[in-house]
Amino acid sequence: MNLLIKSPLSARIGLCIVLFNIIVAIFAPLIAPYSETEVVGDVWEQMSGNSLLGTDHLGRDLMSRLIFGARNTIALAFITTMLSFLSGTTLGFVAAVKGGWIDNLFSRIIDIIMAFPTLIFALMILSVMGSSVMILIVTIAILDSTRVYRLARAVAMDIEVMDFVEVARLRGEGLWWIMRREILPNAMPSLVAEFGLRFCFVFLFIASLSFLGLGLQPPLADWGGMVRENAGAITFGIFIPLIPAAAIAFLTVGVNLIVDWFLHLASGMHN
Amino acid sequence: MKPVIWLILRRAGFGFLTIIVISLIIFIGVELLPGDVAETVLGQNATQETVEAFRKALKLELPPHVRYRVWLTDFVQGDFGRSLANGREVSGLIGWRFANTLFLALTTAAIAIPLSVMLGMMAAFYRNTLFDKVISITTLSFISFPEFFIAYILITLFSVQFNIFPSMANINESMTLVAKLHAILLPALTLTCVVTAHMMRQTRAAIINVLASAYIEMAELKGIRRLRIIMRHAFPNSLSPVINVVALNLAYLIVGVVIVEVVFVYPGLGQLLVDSVSKRDIPVVQASGLIFAGAYISLNMMADILSMLANPRLRQSQTS
Repeated sequence: MNLLIKSPLSARIGLCIVLFNIIVAIFAPLIAPYSETEVVGDVWEQMSGNSLLGTDHLGRDLMSRLIFGARNTIALAFITTMLSFLSGTTLGFVAAVKGGWIDNLFSRIIDIIMAFPTLIFALMILSVMGSSVMILIVTIAILDSTRVYRLARAVAMDIEVMDFVEVARLRGEGLWWIMRREILPNAMPSLVAEFGLRFCFVFLFIASLSFLGLGLQPPLADWGGMVRENAGAITFGIFIPLIPAAAIAFLTVGVNLIVDWFLHLASGMHN
Repeated sequence: MKPVIWLILRRAGFGFLTIIVISLIIFIGVELLPGDVAETVLGQNATQETVEAFRKALKLELPPHVRYRVWLTDFVQGDFGRSLANGREVSGLIGWRFANTLFLALTTAAIAIPLSVMLGMMAAFYRNTLFDKVISITTLSFISFPEFFIAYILITLFSVQFNIFPSMANINESMTLVAKLHAILLPALTLTCVVTAHMMRQTRAAIINVLASAYIEMAELKGIRRLRIIMRHAFPNSLSPVINVVALNLAYLIVGVVIVEVVFVYPGLGQLLVDSVSKRDIPVVQASGLIFAGAYISLNMMADILSMLANPRLRQSQTS
């Protein structure tokens, strides 16, 4: 709590943005005036009392779709990031603690995956497997876990040489115990900041895929897809596609502001 | 052997190996298709003849390792097979579009590299001033924005409000260079915003790193003029990291081009790739994917090799 009071203005703004988005995402059905797929008016209607932000390319309420979109998009990105962290940190810690050929094998495989541009890799997988929520989550989680692996391994390498890990080893503790009780708590600060960065990356990545028509499939609302659906409006001087795009930008800026503060704290420069 | 040449050869060898492995992954990806490729792509109610013809077109009757070899040799010789969607030669589809993508990427690079290196240096020299903070906040927001957000803001401003530049970057071979540049200015600006943000931040960090070294402090204590410190002491040593940053961001540019091409309906390789993915036109996806991957890997490799060459410590160890 003390930390929060001393936090800079930028971090507080970031925190407000993120909390706002989370609350909207959780209580979406209560807040939204209409349902996700309900047609409430004509195509691309202007803002009015009936629909606060106007209507989309099928006459659905933009405000409601934005609110439900928050739920779908954030949940998808969050689950993917969690999965990527789970696999990335586990593999990274194992590589650091075990060392030897296991470390070598993991690191070479990861090097090769990272040499391939992420977007192209994802497009190739989606072209072969088709696009479904499950495949989307697994593909992006695997691609993203390579970055988490690198960080987790590097951090764990530094902790692994400490005396308390040696003591635990001599006590005869197993690999799992060392990873969970000795390394994880000490690696936590770096991992938390990284989680924010990875979340931003995954979130933007999913938005881009949806924008290309390869992410969440309609009629589910998600922000990237909403920009794509309404893209045609812009040439008529209707700014509807800018609204979901701004929502994406708004949330990533918020998360980045918090991450910046965290990195600042972790680097020990706050004194 | 001279150590730096040995290092470069090793790096090039790894790059080459990566491309081979990537081509294998791309090839195996198609093998992994659940069920028969022919039936998956053609659908349930395809006749026996069309399935046969399809299998023949993809050379499915041969064993996998033979097919891989044939595919790769054909690919190296510029024969990418035929598109499943319209039966045209893939090389014909790709050639012109690839040139367009390169044109867009090079135009962007020509604007972005000088701009970001200059801004990065200035931000490093005037660090913690108002100028540095403004630049830092602006670039942080550009990094947080999705590419299409920047693209639509530019369209709203320049083609809807002021009507100076077209919102669709339609180009063809009969256009003059000036007309082409006019058409692609908005997509190039979009990419510039994104790439400059990354490049400038990394340049700033690299130069601050050099400025913090002991020999710079020594030079300052000796009372050497600031300009001379920058030109004689800081610049040669920051060259290596800056070259690395530039090359890495060019690699990023190659991929970032995909989304911008879709926004501006630009006839480039990225748009072709996205179209083919939704049509599941596998020969086109394979070919354009491999070209993108090859360009990306070569640029990454060049980044490493150039920074090895630009590093004074590595160059001097040649004599030993």
